Amino acid sequence: MTAEIGHFALILALVTAVVQGVPTLIGAQRRDALWMALAVPAALLQFLLIALAFAALTKAFVTSDFSVMTVAMNSHTAKPMLYKVAGVWGNHEGSMLLWVLVLSLFGAAIALFGRNLRPSLKVRVLAIQGLLGAGFLTFILFTSNPFARLFPVPIDGQDLNPLLQDPGLAFHPPLLYLGYVGLSTTFSFAVAALIEGRVDPAWARWVRPWTLASWAFLTAGIVLGSWWAYYELGWGGWWFWDPVENASFMPWLAATALLHSAIVSEKRDALKSWTVFLAIIAFAFSLLGTFLVRSGVLTSVHAFASDPTRGVFILALLIVTVGGAFAFYAWRGPALKSSGVFHPISREGGLVLNNFLLTAAAAAVLLGTLYPLILDVLNAGKISVGAPYFDSVFIPMMVPLIIAMGVGPMLNWKRGSLKTATYKLKWAALIAVLSGFGVWLAIDRASALAAFGMTLAAWLLLATLYELADRIHLFRSNPSESLRRLRRQPRARWGMTLAHGGLALLIAGMTASSAWKTEKIEAMAAGDTVTLAAYTLTFKGAEQVRGPNYMATRGTFEVQRGSTGTPFILHPEKRVYDVQGQTTEAAIQPTFLGDIYAVVGDTQDGGKTFVTRLYFNPLVPWMWTGALVMVLGGLISLSDRRHRVGAPVARRQPGSATPAPAE
Amino acid sequence: MKRLLFFVPLIVLVVLGVYFAFGLQRDPQVLPSALIDQKVPEFDLAAIEGASQGLSNADLMGQVTLVNIFGSWCVACRIEHPFLMELKANNVIPIYGIDWREPNRQAGPAWLKKFGNPYTRIGDDPRSEGAIAFGVTGAPETFIVDKRGVIRHKFAGPITREIWERQLRPVVQKLRSDS
Repeated sequence: MTAEIGHFALILALVTAVVQGVPTLIGAQRRDALWMALAVPAALLQFLLIALAFAALTKAFVTSDFSVMTVAMNSHTAKPMLYKVAGVWGNHEGSMLLWVLVLSLFGAAIALFGRNLRPSLKVRVLAIQGLLGAGFLTFILFTSNPFARLFPVPIDGQDLNPLLQDPGLAFHPPLLYLGYVGLSTTFSFAVAALIEGRVDPAWARWVRPWTLASWAFLTAGIVLGSWWAYYELGWGGWWFWDPVENASFMPWLAATALLHSAIVSEKRDALKSWTVFLAIIAFAFSLLGTFLVRSGVLTSVHAFASDPTRGVFILALLIVTVGGAFAFYAWRGPALKSSGVFHPISREGGLVLNNFLLTAAAAAVLLGTLYPLILDVLNAGKISVGAPYFDSVFIPMMVPLIIAMGVGPMLNWKRGSLKTATYKLKWAALIAVLSGFGVWLAIDRASALAAFGMTLAAWLLLATLYELADRIHLFRSNPSESLRRLRRQPRARWGMTLAHGGLALLIAGMTASSAWKTEKIEAMAAGDTVTLAAYTLTFKGAEQVRGPNYMATRGTFEVQRGSTGTPFILHPEKRVYDVQGQTTEAAIQPTFLGDIYAVVGDTQDGGKTFVTRLYFNPLVPWMWTGALVMVLGGLISLSDRRHRVGAPVARRQPGSATPAPAE
Repeated sequence: MKRLLFFVPLIVLVVLGVYFAFGLQRDPQVLPSALIDQKVPEFDLAAIEGASQGLSNADLMGQVTLVNIFGSWCVACRIEHPFLMELKANNVIPIYGIDWREPNRQAGPAWLKKFGNPYTRIGDDPRSEGAIAFGVTGAPETFIVDKRGVIRHKFAGPITREIWERQLRPVVQKLRSDS
């Protein structure tokens, strides 16, 4: 019965989404207040209905209702509760339901929190969200119904892929989707603005919090996925340039570019058509990612079961949605005139450079991801594009970006002086180069590239800190004045400082862990000892342990730093699940300088010796910390008062009165 | 002119859309090789450290053989390795190895020493000469070569018992019965 309620709620949600999208758009065109008034209640109702459907599916998973096909295919009675719930989105149908849930959540959020939006814009934004929802609900109902029944009812389910039975991955899809699908808001804002033919600083300010929220979620989602790959796949790697990873990375690059160009549009009334383009393309990349993952046109370790009908449907959705937006863009875009002019050497100039490099990087990732598909279609052979391509194309574009990230914030709006900025940053540059040289001398003379990476990280961190110090007049005024200025920094500035500083940590972690990873693959018996970096690892043997739905070979390592450090224990596991598959659970001990990472594998002679893989991954904890600091920066910037309801919007343009919505 | 610039995104999207539409009709898992039913191109690889014999195309004449591309750096090669050892132990078919792109001269021999050596002969392939001869896209990859030195089948990815029984063994049997 629950499944039928869910199914029915989805059908009603589709009807509501059409109501949210069609009459409202016509109403906005004719200035018909009655039709326009449908938008807000429809958006809220659509969210409630989809939430109801989602709750119904969750109940089916939690109570192990195997008469529902999705549950039977992806769950099992013996599965722990967390994974029963996470199982809801661990499959194609359920994850699409989560997709539309998040889409309608953002629609409802705009309906609730968009009170200071221009009414016509708000209605159009909600209408576009409604049309997007209608498209995806149709897709779900016709090709991927999560509530399809199964008869005869199986005794037990086929269980969730054990690789996915993991706390990191349980929360990865919801966060990722909040980011991915959150970008639908920027898309709707862009299309609505193109329909109105009006992009002004107020528009840029309204888009910004939605971009920030999506960006922060997307960053967190990508990092969580990367962290999962790091400890669950047992290779000690955290990024593989896999098509599915690229699918989430391209919207991230576009959203990052958008965050920066929207600043220029807001503060300087410039780069308008470019900002609108980024707002469209960011969501276009999200849709492209959905298409690539769901249709099976590319091979990937992550791909869902591929089904050509679904592929065709999503492709049609992608073409209609993005094609429609681009057609509007081609038609109305040229009319968007910018009033702000600026010299190339200026804050705006720096942000343009940032945008240029980020979009070029996104284009390079897009090319690398699609190249195998394009060659295949042209019958020019099957190839796979791997890390060497991405590393050699992506890194050279990031180098000037990071150098510019240090200088850009020091430049003035309109016209800055490169001379002043570089003069101020001379110490940061000098210390960064010296520390890079120190790394080269002390750690690794073989890899100049790694030393250069550390130089860049140091440069970005120092330049970001210097910029903050400069802004609060540290050592130039008396300490109490500096403290007062520090307190009065707007949160958006804090956001920038944290995000840029976090990136510096991230770069240091990525460089160090790629360049100086130490790895030992050994066949070990109880009592064997291995030295790894500064640590001694003693294998104490392995035993069989019973988990809720798996048997595990659980190894024990005693680890000691040097000969005097306090010893600690690591317990890596290799799990064989009752129903399907096996996983390796790495044991990781993070330390300030790096992770000690242990994996236990097969036994070769009936339980005496085991294949073990032991890694020391330098500065990996810096990477995760840096990423978290970036997310924090995004959230703090989001909490800036000018984004909040009732923030002084009208004051800046005394000419345009903002009438209260007729509600 | 500037107006035209605004059409670029739409045009790019349409072109990509056409590619996707065609791409949907293909299965990316199927990896045909341009070299199927062609003679193995000429190559001559040196022996790995500690071995006396290398590998050249001339070695692949006279009987049905497997040519396996591997490397100590390749995680998936570790997965198929026990099965290759089993083939070797049961004398099923001679396996010739191409040790592809080792980080140093010792890595390949050390790996084989640790996990066992299933190969009849091994060629050291630091510069991808052998890999190019076979049109390799990644490791592990396995080719079936017939008695006349013609490549007859290609499999990308680790060989498991199931894949051997279903895909590879039938080809080997058929080639053996052909004279």
